[in-house]
Amino acid sequence: MSSQAKFTHAEAAEQFIADEPRTDWHDDTLWFVREKRDKAANSLPEWEQLRQWASDIKYHVLSNMHQYLEAFEQKAIANGIQVHWAKDAKEHNDIVYKIIKDNQVQRIVKSKSMLTEECHLNEFLGEQGVEIVDTDLGERIVQFRKEAPSHIVLPAIHLKKQDVSETFHEHLGTEKGNHDPQYLTEAARGHLRDKFVASELAITGVNFAVAETGGFVVCTNEGNADMGAHAAKIHIACMGFEKLIPRAEHLGVFLRLLARSATGQPITTYSSHFSKPRAGQQMHIVIVDNGRSRQLGREEFRNSLKCIRCAACFNTCPVYRRSGGHSYHTAVAGPIGSILNPNLDMEANKDLPFASTLCGSCSNVCPVKINIHEQLYLWRQTITKEGLAPKAKSIAMWGMSEVLAHPAIYRLAGKMGRWVVKHLPFLTNNGLNPWFKQREMPQAPKESFRDWYLNNKQK
Amino acid sequence: MKIGLFIPCYIDQFYPAVGVASLELLEKLGCEVSFPLNQTCCGQPMANSGFEAMSKGCDKNFVKNFKGFDYIVAPSGSCVLHIKEHLHDEDDPKAADVIRSRVYELTEFLIDVLKIEKLNASFPFKVGLHTSCHGQRGLHLASMSELVAPAFSKPGALLNMVKGIELTRPKRVDECCGFGGTFCVFEEAVSVKMGKDRIDEHQDNDVQYITGVDTSCLMHLEGILRRQNSPIKTIHIAEILNSQL
Repeated sequence: MSSQAKFTHAEAAEQFIADEPRTDWHDDTLWFVREKRDKAANSLPEWEQLRQWASDIKYHVLSNMHQYLEAFEQKAIANGIQVHWAKDAKEHNDIVYKIIKDNQVQRIVKSKSMLTEECHLNEFLGEQGVEIVDTDLGERIVQFRKEAPSHIVLPAIHLKKQDVSETFHEHLGTEKGNHDPQYLTEAARGHLRDKFVASELAITGVNFAVAETGGFVVCTNEGNADMGAHAAKIHIACMGFEKLIPRAEHLGVFLRLLARSATGQPITTYSSHFSKPRAGQQMHIVIVDNGRSRQLGREEFRNSLKCIRCAACFNTCPVYRRSGGHSYHTAVAGPIGSILNPNLDMEANKDLPFASTLCGSCSNVCPVKINIHEQLYLWRQTITKEGLAPKAKSIAMWGMSEVLAHPAIYRLAGKMGRWVVKHLPFLTNNGLNPWFKQREMPQAPKESFRDWYLNNKQK
Repeated sequence: MKIGLFIPCYIDQFYPAVGVASLELLEKLGCEVSFPLNQTCCGQPMANSGFEAMSKGCDKNFVKNFKGFDYIVAPSGSCVLHIKEHLHDEDDPKAADVIRSRVYELTEFLIDVLKIEKLNASFPFKVGLHTSCHGQRGLHLASMSELVAPAFSKPGALLNMVKGIELTRPKRVDECCGFGGTFCVFEEAVSVKMGKDRIDEHQDNDVQYITGVDTSCLMHLEGILRRQNSPIKTIHIAEILNSQL
């Protein structure tokens, strides 16, 4: 999708932070999830070994993708599943729409699938007059509000219970001002039950597709994928091709890592294994590329495709926690989104690799050991090489590099800089200097270290 | 053992006391230290902004200045990490390779090379330790809260050798302060919010000073503290380790 965002990450973040108490609440809430993840990780002495295995298995799959995709397709077809291939978001959406049209169904439920968010399936089907009901509670809340999810595991984490109460009052007729979570959840439960019972077609995502068996695993905490898939006569599972793992036994590595990394739970409440359609049911799998083979071909960024969408990097990221998911203006936000989205549209997402201090915490929590912060650095280089850096920044950087490459000029510039800070403070202490907006400038000493060294150490 | 002292550009210009303390400390510990006079910068400001190609001049100048030393030591985790990971020189690739393997952050050098076990230093104040990301996660100066691994801290071990010091850690022991190089101006709002939150946690510990291995983080925190008229001061770890108060 090459729609230019209205605001850059920095601009949207500034708006988010303008409400500081809410920013603190958002930060604390997600830090709490990070702490739960730490406790869960520390309960397994073999944690680091598991991460290494997961990384190795995924890397092996990425290196042998063609073989595993073919094996998976063969097995899936033998199991009675219909397999579709989509080269991009449009093909994916067309395939799903065609299945809907061919079967003349109207009542459709969907459990959480970041791929369908990436492909903007809901909007596309909406334009065709088809309505989808998102059944993940968080997703249903943001769907009512016509917002995008702000987090891939906790889609409505930017909202407080008061916000949810207002939304439910408007859409579900709950009592105005009743913020009781139990009451609100019950209301959502009743509403969604009706949708499940009536549904004719269920769309789910895929967490893991097993090449050996041709089956796939969908993980949810609410059981909503199962309710949908079991009630409807048609099940469409949508997956990016990187969801493959070679063998069922490898689930023993990934399922242990996924929920611990995501929320600190030992395992997701429901890890549902689908292998074939039940009698009278249609089961479809849509395998999507949408830029993934291009990313696979970029050596420096290839292993971003190991991602299992746990969002641990979101929860640990000090920038994400203080800027909110919507500031990333993409389906997948956070650090991982900042290395995946430039591949989808470099121009539209050129700000994202800069929305980081490169602190490296993301790489450390990643259960499949993606070197996220190193890829952020590399995307910055790539974006500049492609000529997408702002002109003023390029000129400033060129000026700085010339000064720093020539010792005599550097010393002169340093001296002038210190003189200015000391004697003409209004030149730096003003509204045009972003440093000065909320910070004092460093105090200028009378001499540089080099001057001191020459005066005191070298006679 | 010939040591080349690398004083990063902004320390040279704005925080000379950090350079003086580093030099005096190394000399006190018996090192033969010289300061190459034509050094400037490691090139990180350009590289981290996506202009790695523009840091070639800096790289060449760095190699010219620091070729031939047994060790290169700097009071900055971030600049050292940048040299270690990114220093290249097409004209003298071997010299650049050697420098990359011989460059050390100051506390890393004291612990791993000099194997310091005691220090003649005193600093009778309550001090909060800020763990700088590049030193910690890049150079492994300290264990990381994300990993399941034994705890250690090289800066912490050195500070514990200082007489009279009361060392504290913030609640989130290794969260980033938000400086992040040019991030601090291009993402000003997030940068300052991150800094304020770090300061709040140190304030909760009633610290008199915040210290760390990177003057860049401290400069950012100092800027916020002074704007807040806070009594808390920032001080580089070299100044504490060299202190005789």
